[in-house]
Amino acid sequence: MPLSAQPPGSAEPYLLTASLDNARHLSSLLRAVHFQDHATCFATVNGLRVTVEDAKCVQANAFIQAEIFQEFAVQEQTVTFRINLSVLLDCLTIFGTSSLPGTSTALRMCYRGYGYPLMLFLEEGGVVTVCKINTQEPEDLLDFDFCSTKVVNKIILQSEGLRKAFAELDMTSEVMQITMSPDKPYFRLSTFGNAGSAHLDYSKDSDLIEAFHCNQTQTNRYKISLLKPSTKALALSCKVSIRTDAQGFLSLQYMIRNEDGQICFVEYYCCPDENITEEM
Amino acid sequence: MRFRAKIVDLACLNHFSRVINTIAKLAKTCTLRLTVSKLYFILSDKVANGGVGMWCELNQGNFFDEFQMEGVDAEHNEIYLELMPENLSRALKTAQNANAVKMKLTNKHCPCLRVAVELPSLSSSSRIVTHDIPVGVIPRRLWNDFREPSVPDFDVSIYLPVLKTMKSVVDRMKNLSNSIMIEANLSGEMNLKIETDLVCVTTHFKDLGNPSWALEDGCQSSQDRDPESMAEARIDIRKLQQLLAGQQVNPTKALCNIVSKRVVHFILLHEDVSLQYFIPALT
Repeated sequence: MPLSAQPPGSAEPYLLTASLDNARHLSSLLRAVHFQDHATCFATVNGLRVTVEDAKCVQANAFIQAEIFQEFAVQEQTVTFRINLSVLLDCLTIFGTSSLPGTSTALRMCYRGYGYPLMLFLEEGGVVTVCKINTQEPEDLLDFDFCSTKVVNKIILQSEGLRKAFAELDMTSEVMQITMSPDKPYFRLSTFGNAGSAHLDYSKDSDLIEAFHCNQTQTNRYKISLLKPSTKALALSCKVSIRTDAQGFLSLQYMIRNEDGQICFVEYYCCPDENITEEM
Repeated sequence: MRFRAKIVDLACLNHFSRVINTIAKLAKTCTLRLTVSKLYFILSDKVANGGVGMWCELNQGNFFDEFQMEGVDAEHNEIYLELMPENLSRALKTAQNANAVKMKLTNKHCPCLRVAVELPSLSSSSRIVTHDIPVGVIPRRLWNDFREPSVPDFDVSIYLPVLKTMKSVVDRMKNLSNSIMIEANLSGEMNLKIETDLVCVTTHFKDLGNPSWALEDGCQSSQDRDPESMAEARIDIRKLQQLLAGQQVNPTKALCNIVSKRVVHFILLHEDVSLQYFIPALT
């Protein structure tokens, strides 16, 4: 694209510059975490992380590592800004969302720093769109502090096993209950709706389960309205890891392969609604 | 006053349905003018319509196998009707596989356009679905309100970009703003711009080409104009979106004339149909 990273005679250099040949590599991942209007973006030398939070109970993160981009340069250790994610997505998909074979939108992203707007330059078929999106002060975000030493139970599944279950969740139930145990029922998803309760069991020997590391029987409930948005990430992913810690905090990590076969991650963290931890 | 018409050819019927669908997207109520050779769908640019004007012209011979029209009197051999195009569109939806569609102006209890759809049937007698579409007869003294709008004294005339791309961009911009700025120059460049507190988005189209309009005295009005200078108008984005959404088939020719800060005049030409649409600039 005929746009230089540093326009001649500009006041300050760009703190962040990034280029992508296919904007969908970014927009599809951002859609997977789009359940609130606002998101906080963190850019480091490793790549871009976009975080969305709701009600101080659920947090979603999309990671697009630097290698996915054709160019990714940051001038400070961490560049952070808050932005309207709905607006950002409308801009990234300005030429439409349908993916015709052979056509893609090229993207260049530039950010000068605190107080400056995020600049997007998008091009498809010789048509250029320039977007200037205002940024805001980043807000404090929750730190779920989910490290591997604190994990009590962990299951890795093929996403296709969960897709139907999540798409058909009984939304009249206020909660989704997740039971993970070294003994039967091993892994159970339950809802308690107007028509009654529904349980979906997965045996640890199931072909869909790639790894099963459950040390303790845990039953936790999570507000279904907070978990429902994760269905978008599940739909895009090929694998999902489900982890809980001693307090019943839930971590869902989705492995997503983009159109070029590159791997990206989206994770959802959720606080338990009620803590019914049964210890053996 | 009499009107009877019949379409038998399925391709003509589908084509006619598509035209009516487009009109239905652009106007809730409009005027149908019938002459011996043409049909016109007209929306005059009154304040009640939001200042939007529409003039759509069809050659009846390209659509109808039979067409008989007798106007209000010999001197004024035309009929002007007020109707809701959505009603006609819905009636034609039942005619997708019809053997024939007949239209007739009737006045049993009140004036109606009776659309009789003859559907294929296994038995010897045919199945007919009849729709009575209420119409208002517009008296001759009001016909002056519905004259063809003249091409405005525009600043720039330019061919439109690929409508599919234009539609995608406008659809997204509609999420971000209520108004959109269209600007274009005589070097074939057009920009679509929105600007709000949250975001500014500009899409640049190049190499669109400018149609040449020959004036009566043989010269072109735009000869004195700086080719790089942009003519601009800010319009209601929903009206532009409606126009683009209604285009089900790619037109043979699509262009717009911009009168800076006053009006944007769109002309979309298909083989058998011409559509002109006027969107006023916002004050």
